[in-house]
Amino acid sequence: MSRTVVNAVVNGEPVEFLAGGGQSLLDALRDELRLTGSKEGCGTGDCGACSVIVDGRLVCACLMLAPEAEGKRIETIEGLADNGHLHPLQHQFLEHAALQCGFCTPGLLMASKALLDRNPDPTETEVRYWLAGNICRCTGYDKVVRAVMDAAADLRQEGKSK
Amino acid sequence: MSGVEYLSPGSVAEAVRALQVDGARVMAGGTDLLVQMRIGRTKPKLVVDLKRIPGIAGIREEDGAFIIGAAASGAALGEHEALRKAWPGIVEAANLIGSTQIQGRASLGGNLCNASPAADSVPALIAAGATCVIVGPNGEREVPVEAIQVGPGKTTLANGEVLLAFRLPKRAAHTGDAYLRLIPRTEMDIAVVGAGVCVTLDASGKCIAARVSVGAVAPTALLVEAAGAALVGSSLDDAALTNLEAAVAAAARPISDKRGTAEYRTKVAAVLARRAALIARDRAQKDGAKA
Ligand SMILES: Cc1cc2nc3c(=O)[nH]c(=O)nc-3n(C[C@H](O)[C@H](O)[C@H](O)COP(=O)(O)OP(=O)(O)OC[C@H]3O[C@@H](n4cnc5c(N)ncnc54)[C@H](O)[C@@H]3O)c2cc1C
Ligand code: FES
Ligand code: FES
Repeated sequence: MSRTVVNAVVNGEPVEFLAGGGQSLLDALRDELRLTGSKEGCGTGDCGACSVIVDGRLVCACLMLAPEAEGKRIETIEGLADNGHLHPLQHQFLEHAALQCGFCTPGLLMASKALLDRNPDPTETEVRYWLAGNICRCTGYDKVVRAVMDAAADLRQEGKSK
Repeated sequence: MSGVEYLSPGSVAEAVRALQVDGARVMAGGTDLLVQMRIGRTKPKLVVDLKRIPGIAGIREEDGAFIIGAAASGAALGEHEALRKAWPGIVEAANLIGSTQIQGRASLGGNLCNASPAADSVPALIAAGATCVIVGPNGEREVPVEAIQVGPGKTTLANGEVLLAFRLPKRAAHTGDAYLRLIPRTEMDIAVVGAGVCVTLDASGKCIAARVSVGAVAPTALLVEAAGAALVGSSLDDAALTNLEAAVAAAARPISDKRGTAEYRTKVAAVLARRAALIARDRAQKDGAKA
């Protein structure tokens, strides 16, 4: 199997790794770069546990090939906290106990970040539709939605005080 | 998915050449192809990723007519204000595909060429009268969208041919389009039925052109010419809409499966086509600006 060298920027750091032609970005993140925060729930685009942001777009890392990452800017859950300082989304997920087993959480956080990056003041309906591709089997969605709404408010407040 | 080679050609010519290789497959967003590879339904030797071909993921306007790159993502379509304003039915159909994550990748070209009878954007594209610009080893050709699908997973594209773009007609004044689908939940499901309608009115509000297309009620999306004809000359009054419903029901030849029986699908196809026609008419009435 031939492997190609891929150069990308992951969480702000330039990285170089070897990718198989049919390898998913998710497998490359987990197995080559040892970034195991992104999870594989289904491998077929249905659950969102593998959600990452590529050049500003939310995608399923299981449905993108690793060699496609060449030249791309990738954000994963490992980059969400700032030097050990939790992102407001992470903080509010803890406050609301918006997780149980936590398997869906990295995906939900990245999906929520992608939403708040483009819409700092979403309605509850917008949050629910945006997160429809993120499946949680334990917690349900109510706490998650409330955590995202509160994190959005925190971020708006932060923006004002800056 | 080991043993697969990956190529991302930077030109159409290079892509067409690469596709001459036995076992080569085109990839746009990969939201169908990678799932099929994953479950072992298809085992390509070479994946030819189109997205680095200049323009293939873009949307542009030429002489008031839109050209949508075959690999443009649903998210890109939804963010294109002018396209959304001109062809709301196409954009709403494209934006129904999957989740936010799927929208970041899924293309109209992939939706059409995957050739699912339930592909959401296809009835909307057919209703709008869109054509496909296709290039292959023997040069370029342009055919209507309805000439592509022949059955589940089967298209009229020859080996080595690539769909480059969809060309939308220059929109006549007082034109509106709409797409509706029925699924048992609000998100993340496959259409039980989909219906796309595009109508053009004259200054007095009389319908002078109409195209109606339904999905998931036959092996391919159907252009129902009789349903369009039922609207022409009318003001989309109840009698005309009843004729449209009858034409759609007559054309539908669905299967019964877990999503619905054939009878149910036939009934729903007629109802959705009527409702989509009324939305298209309202949009056409509001579309006074362009002459
Ligand atoms: C979770 C999930 C939800 C989904 N929900 C929906 C839905 O609600 N409605 C719906 O209609 N679909 C849905 N889909 C299916 C899929 O997302 C769409 O069909 C999508 O539009 C495919 O586009 P793509 O660019 O990802 O195609 P790809 O997977 O890249 O390609 C699909 C097929 O078309 C061929 N192809 C692609 N582009 C070209 C081209 N330019 N020229 C020639 N051949 C080409 C490929 O070889 C392949 O056979 C869903 C998929 C997933 C995983
Ligand atoms: S693992 Fe990618 S969507 Fe489930
Ligand atoms: S917390 Fe267990 S899947 Fe969501």
